Amino acid sequence: MEVVQAASDIESLKYIGMGLVSLGMLGAAIGVGLIFGNASQAIARNPGAEDKVRKIAILGAVFAEFMGLLAFVLGIMIGG
Amino acid sequence: MAGPHHSPIAQFEITPIFSLDPVFGYNLSFTNSSLFMVLAVLSVWLFFSLAMRQRALVPGRWQSLAEVTYQFVDGIVEENIGHQGRRYFPYIFSLFLFVLAGNLLGMVPYSFTFTSHIMTTFALGALVFVGVTVVGIIHQGPVKFFAHFVPAGLPLWIVPVVFVIELISFLSRPFSLGIRLAANMMAGHTLLKVIAGFVVPLGIFGVAPMVFLVLLTGFEIFIAILQAYIFTLLSSMYLAEALHQEEH
Repeated sequence: MEVVQAASDIESLKYIGMGLVSLGMLGAAIGVGLIFGNASQAIARNPGAEDKVRKIAILGAVFAEFMGLLAFVLGIMIGG
Repeated sequence: MAGPHHSPIAQFEITPIFSLDPVFGYNLSFTNSSLFMVLAVLSVWLFFSLAMRQRALVPGRWQSLAEVTYQFVDGIVEENIGHQGRRYFPYIFSLFLFVLAGNLLGMVPYSFTFTSHIMTTFALGALVFVGVTVVGIIHQGPVKFFAHFVPAGLPLWIVPVVFVIELISFLSRPFSLGIRLAANMMAGHTLLKVIAGFVVPLGIFGVAPMVFLVLLTGFEIFIAILQAYIFTLLSSMYLAEALHQEEH
């Protein structure tokens, strides 16, 4: 009986952990928001630099997004 | 509803098409993943051989699509590596086309996305990593190549710390290349399946997730192209770093 209880506790803790992992999106969202906010500001100030700014912004967004995706991978690993 | 085939991650399951399980102790089965890799190569080959069949001076629609693809990757290589990168262009171009074809084939309904598996993308990333390291060591010599890990003008006591940090960030490159592509593809396709799961149970209100799903599919196609671009861009940036060391 107690073994069953412990097993279901672990199971529910697993789901709590998967839910907590979604907080990782917070950081990625802040990062992506900062990047594109600043990129649009940079383009507004200097429209001539748009091509350069766009490349750097995409690169930066990819790095920021990667951190959020690591959280997703972690969630899948906990769940699987 | 809750059957195993309705799970949003059931689409990533690898099933053997014909089994070659213990061949010298390895599992060499031809799986659905292998099938889609073959399809990716075939579709790229078919696209370029059909599009470039006429080789007209003034390109038609198909030929200009092929030329735009070529010039796009050519621009990445030229911009990041410079003229030295010409020798490595065929590899970078094949890498781009393979990843792009894999991502786009995955957007076909009921197909399989082989780039959503870390095993596949990590292998691609590891190939880039090993190739870049070998090219760097041959091109600069081992001493100069490892001197790259220590920026000039540092106080002596901090050099070991910086060296270890730079070494770790260097060694993590194949993992970040592989995990980035696979996680992006996996997250996108899982999201599509989760949204698709809302359409039928909601009845007439299912139109709302349906519209969202259409928009999201378009966004996923954009992501598929973007991730192929990012993979190529990062590979050519790593290669550029191995080829000329003066800038850093």
